[in-house]
Amino acid sequence: MRVLAALSGGVDSAVAAARVRDAGHDVTAVHLALSSNPQTFRSGARGCCSLEDSRDARRVADVLGLPYYVWDLAEQFRAEVVDDFLSEYAAGRTPNPCLRCNERIKFAAVLDRAVGLGFDVVCTGHYAQILDGLDGPELHRAVDPDKDQSYVLAVLDRDQIGRSLFPLGDSPKAEVRREAAARGILVADKPDSHDICFIADGDTKGFLASHLGERPGHVVDSDGVVLGNHDGAYAFTVGQRKGLGLTVATPDRQPRYVLSIEPTTNIVTVGPREALGVNEIVAERPRWCGAQVVSGEVFAVQYRAHGETVTATVHVDSGLLRATLDEPASGVAPGQTLVLYDGTRVRGSATISAAL
Amino acid sequence: MAYLDHAATTPMLPAAMAALTKELGEVGNPSSLHAAGRRARRAVEESREAIAAAFGARPSEVVFTAGGTEADNLAVKGLYWSRQKERPRPRILASSVEHHAVLDPVRWLVEHQGAEVVWLEVDSVGRVDARQVHEEIASDPESVALVTVMWANNEVGTVQPVGECAAAAAPFGVPIHSDAVQVAGHLPLDFAASGLDAVTLSGHKLGGPVGVGALLLGRSATPAPLIHGGGQERDVRSGTLDTPSIAGFAAAATEAIDARRSREATIAALRNELIAGVIEQVPDARLNGDPRLDEDHRLPGNAHLSFPGCEGDSLLMLLDARGVHCSTGSACSAGVAEPSHVLLAIGSSPAEARSSLRFSLGHTSTRADVDQLVAVIGPVVERARAARASTAAQV
Repeated sequence: MRVLAALSGGVDSAVAAARVRDAGHDVTAVHLALSSNPQTFRSGARGCCSLEDSRDARRVADVLGLPYYVWDLAEQFRAEVVDDFLSEYAAGRTPNPCLRCNERIKFAAVLDRAVGLGFDVVCTGHYAQILDGLDGPELHRAVDPDKDQSYVLAVLDRDQIGRSLFPLGDSPKAEVRREAAARGILVADKPDSHDICFIADGDTKGFLASHLGERPGHVVDSDGVVLGNHDGAYAFTVGQRKGLGLTVATPDRQPRYVLSIEPTTNIVTVGPREALGVNEIVAERPRWCGAQVVSGEVFAVQYRAHGETVTATVHVDSGLLRATLDEPASGVAPGQTLVLYDGTRVRGSATISAAL
Repeated sequence: MAYLDHAATTPMLPAAMAALTKELGEVGNPSSLHAAGRRARRAVEESREAIAAAFGARPSEVVFTAGGTEADNLAVKGLYWSRQKERPRPRILASSVEHHAVLDPVRWLVEHQGAEVVWLEVDSVGRVDARQVHEEIASDPESVALVTVMWANNEVGTVQPVGECAAAAAPFGVPIHSDAVQVAGHLPLDFAASGLDAVTLSGHKLGGPVGVGALLLGRSATPAPLIHGGGQERDVRSGTLDTPSIAGFAAAATEAIDARRSREATIAALRNELIAGVIEQVPDARLNGDPRLDEDHRLPGNAHLSFPGCEGDSLLMLLDARGVHCSTGSACSAGVAEPSHVLLAIGSSPAEARSSLRFSLGHTSTRADVDQLVAVIGPVVERARAARASTAAQV
């Protein structure tokens, strides 16, 4: 196969490309330039935007003997991921930009261009498995539960899954690091990236404030009593407990959590932990990794990255997905993605619009 | 393999390799007073004389540097600084199609030292008009620190009227510099006849080693140094002279000039076949730069073409996979290709600018190189168009 291997400059994508090359495929490496204003040699390694990452990716390609190119996707990335990130926060939701990037950039713009240029598949260092199912390729969780990234890939449809390779899905991270070192890959001990790649210093709140401006407003309880002030409702996430800026002590001395964010009135409502519980999640824009699910099917649903799953019965009706939970869940934030699993298999996803 | 990127760097000439390796085996700092030092000094001075002879300069007008970029920086920043001594002269006249080795020092002076830049406009082939040089200086002669106009453009190959520009600046006593990195060894270059005050040369673009160059500097031009510490080169440039590289550079310049006429005629003929062959395969490909292909107007080895509906970096990748090496001619930071400022200056849209490739031929080019490109360019363009179409449909 002709394989386009995306190299981020990190250890995972390097080992993924090496494995595919060793399997005898014709591999070409690309580094995706996602920032039009890369920061020079910022400290640490945080994903995919720095000059240092692009240099690391080039060195990986050198060591593996792969042709290497940089694809400039900064414009699409800004329009599809960064702008969307800002407008979602401005609308009181909590987006996951990695999912968005996979949906619109890596497995769309990049994959389409690769196919157009004559490649058969795109290979990345994501931790997830593609297994042959009865009806075609299926997306499954990685064997390493700590590294599993199937959640952020749950926006791929069957065609996209069929044109993807995730060679690390069957390996624990420690093994991947050992393999990188054994192969002489220089980034073997580079730290994992956890932060949002386009927020260099990890300060999401500061990033939002600098782009959306300060919008002071009130933090209230469910009766509308003002408990404090904030600089912008967009900086909050449903379920958040820390940094609420409450100036009035709560009568029960118990911590308060964000229950809702109302962008039009700029009001953040907080309440006790019990008030966070939801029994039903409504989500829009469903995407299916294979066949569409049938109303009444039961899944383990996951409503945030690295979160627990809850058993739920799912109904799909006119583009809306309703998941009725077996037990209440807390911290369900609109804008996050609801992913449906049966066992390790990913069946689909939808963007959470409401939690009831 | 078809290497069609000689404007980026060209293989070293055998005479240059011989001179370079001979000197690598010797010892001696040209500034030392003993016999070993005198031997090295002699090698440097003979090289200086050879380069002066090759380019119509006096030996004392050759200031060796560690390459073309340093020579450009010395000319632009050094002349700007020295011109501030008597009175403030904030204005720099620079063509809008300069190489980054000139553009970036100019921008740095604007951002950090209060300089004001007047970008000289170019026409649709990328050529400046010497009348604008005259008009801009005449409007306020005392305010102009220097003029800089490249001799020929590295991307689209257009030869500039540098003699006319020098004549326009001369009556006002404004120093004028020209980056001749793409010209030296390839087109006639007579420093004395040009009327220019400073001219940049680079070793590796004419078959010498990388990391050595020179600024031809008229004796009345006194740029402030960029690099202090010993004053080895006319007190304008310091640092131990790199005898092996200088010897290699001089040997290459001598050979390039001796063989220039016949070699460049061959290169130009191949280049013309390349352009005709590519356009035959891709009828809507468009030649950028001056359509007059003689050496008064265009670098002999340069062919710069736009392929509508393609991304230049897709084309480059597809050609690379088929053994054809060329350039998108774009500036990179973290490898992010920006649309060429040269193409934007000649009126191309960003999309047109991104659809372009530079093929540049040199002394090792053969008809087989051209044939290899012509054989693959049709299908490659077709595929690049399909890739762009599918991406555009998605986003």
